[in-house]
Amino acid sequence: MTRLNDHNVLVAKEIIARYPKKKSALIPLVHLSQQQNGYVTDDAMRHVAELIDVTPAEVYGTASFYEMFRFEPTGKYLINICGTMSCQLMGADALMHHAEHTLGVRAGSTTPDGLITLQHAECQAACTEAPTLQVNYRHRYRVTLEAFDQLVDDLRSGALEAVVPPHGTLARNRQQIPADRAVGVTDPDDVTEGPAWIQVTPA
Amino acid sequence: MSTDYTENTDRVVSPLPWAPGFYPGDRPQIVTSRFQYEDGHTIERYHATGGYEGLRAALAKSPADVADEVKNSTLLGRGGAGFPAGVKWGFTPQGVWPRYLVVNGDESEPGTYKDRLLMECDPHQLIEGCLIACYAAGLSQCFLYIRGEMPLAHERVAVALDEAYAAGYVGTGILGTDFGVDIVLHTGAGAYVVGEETALIESLEGERGMPRLKPPYFPAAVGLYGQPTIVNNVETLANLPFIAKEGSAAYTAIGTATSPGTRMIAVSGHVMRPGVYEIVNGSTTFRDLLYGDEFCQGIRDGNDLKAFVPGGGSAPWFTADQLDVAFEGPEAGAAGSMLGSGAVMVMDSTTDIPAAALSLVRFYAHESCGKCVPCREGGTWLYRLVQRIVDGNGTDADLQTILDVGQSICPGDMPHASSERLGLDAVPFPYKMTTICFVGPSAYVPIHSAMTLFPEDFDALVTKRGERRSIPVMAGAGE
Repeated sequence: MTRLNDHNVLVAKEIIARYPKKKSALIPLVHLSQQQNGYVTDDAMRHVAELIDVTPAEVYGTASFYEMFRFEPTGKYLINICGTMSCQLMGADALMHHAEHTLGVRAGSTTPDGLITLQHAECQAACTEAPTLQVNYRHRYRVTLEAFDQLVDDLRSGALEAVVPPHGTLARNRQQIPADRAVGVTDPDDVTEGPAWIQVTPA
Repeated sequence: MSTDYTENTDRVVSPLPWAPGFYPGDRPQIVTSRFQYEDGHTIERYHATGGYEGLRAALAKSPADVADEVKNSTLLGRGGAGFPAGVKWGFTPQGVWPRYLVVNGDESEPGTYKDRLLMECDPHQLIEGCLIACYAAGLSQCFLYIRGEMPLAHERVAVALDEAYAAGYVGTGILGTDFGVDIVLHTGAGAYVVGEETALIESLEGERGMPRLKPPYFPAAVGLYGQPTIVNNVETLANLPFIAKEGSAAYTAIGTATSPGTRMIAVSGHVMRPGVYEIVNGSTTFRDLLYGDEFCQGIRDGNDLKAFVPGGGSAPWFTADQLDVAFEGPEAGAAGSMLGSGAVMVMDSTTDIPAAALSLVRFYAHESCGKCVPCREGGTWLYRLVQRIVDGNGTDADLQTILDVGQSICPGDMPHASSERLGLDAVPFPYKMTTICFVGPSAYVPIHSAMTLFPEDFDALVTKRGERRSIPVMAGAGE
């Protein structure tokens, strides 16, 4: 049973209501399912499709385009090591080599205990602090080989549970739009004479 | 975030742990003025430092007057193309409603590191900028698209939006006027090409992030849901509160006539003090940036400079011959490259040039959305060829094939820098292209630059064919 649970269905409906067209909620809802299940399941994609009135194929078609969605069981911690130029210049290849040896898996695989998935990644927008990696998309800067080992130890011992939520959880909070303050969606098909604060001279 | 893991290296570490890599300096600060405060992301600090006064000043004027003010400021878009924001707003067709604002927070150009800091350290400034843009251009709803790999930016912007709604800055009847707009925070899911504005719109519509065929050239005419849509970069919008509050004259007093104000740049790679700096436009050369005391303080370990990328991974490379080129778009263009998104990556004399080029070719090959054949097929070819050469298995024929494949993506003369050493003259930017967007050409640019400026490094590799070099296991290769 990996459809969205009751609570997440409510969250999903709130998200959908923010967009003029339901399909715009596709990526946020697939994220929501990944937060619930740790990866994107077929059932979850079917459920998302029902919620936004598209086919499951359309959900998969879009979701499969994006790097962050994983369609197979993934470690509780996803370590992405950046290999793009700024990091490559500062030793990213050696860091990845070390990481593969330390964890005993090749990039793209998960440790046998299911705790850590290691991945090669592209630019993480922290280029001055190279080499960088992200654990569940939380940045680590200027990562030395020793720092990597320490990180793995801390992940294994649970010392980082407070700062690094399990894979799938991105932001730990969600934007709340209060009903009494919301303007509501602007339907693209609702061609009006323009927003209230603009004086439009008739053509 | 904890910074427990940052204590390695002899490089200078920035003084502000909450803004890693940022150095304030003794220069005018338009968009980074609150980075000095650890609580710069809170509404309390924002109020205490002139926050939302730009919005109040804007609401006291007519939308048309605010739009004129922005036009007069000649604020150039900071996403990479450098198009004037006020002019872009003017492309919206008369009398067609509703119109939307889409904020491009999908920063992922290699070397670029500024928008994430702006969202993490001063989210209210961005929100205020969005509100001013919506008011001036009559935009009915705003979607703030943040790259998925930036959860801290999401958390900060989400809290800031909640605060701004509660304080009456966002939503209905803003500050007691009839101006009302929702700002919806939207999450990306990892795709470089989504930084292209029509791909961003596709992604926001729940589709695969593929750029749209042009024309129409600007989504200002036909954009989100087929309606007029303004797409602006985070840094561009972050300039608006200053312009609205202080006026366009105060803005144009900083910088030059053609590129007023400041811009954020990130210098990374083999320098003593890699960092993010807000510089006054027209005030520096590349030499100032790389060697100046207030910037990067020279090349690491006293090494010589070998090459640098002046404007993000998509930009043709420069060498020491171009150090005295001014950090200005037209000058960089005449010298054979571009400033792009304000990202400089520096390579010292120890750099393995083919391997460095490979890291960029692989990036663009990997990030091709697959829509245009020259990019989808050509990018992958380039990546495989360069990988083979770097592995020590390349031949002279491979070097020629790279140029042939490149011609199918960028026909004709390819821009490159001059080289005194090789007796080469510069070919000015831009290139011609057979693809819709710049991802395809960007796969060719780095390897073309590297082969043009350092042919001996490639010759050495292909003539040593068979002697396998000891290189680390290349993670993700073949993905």
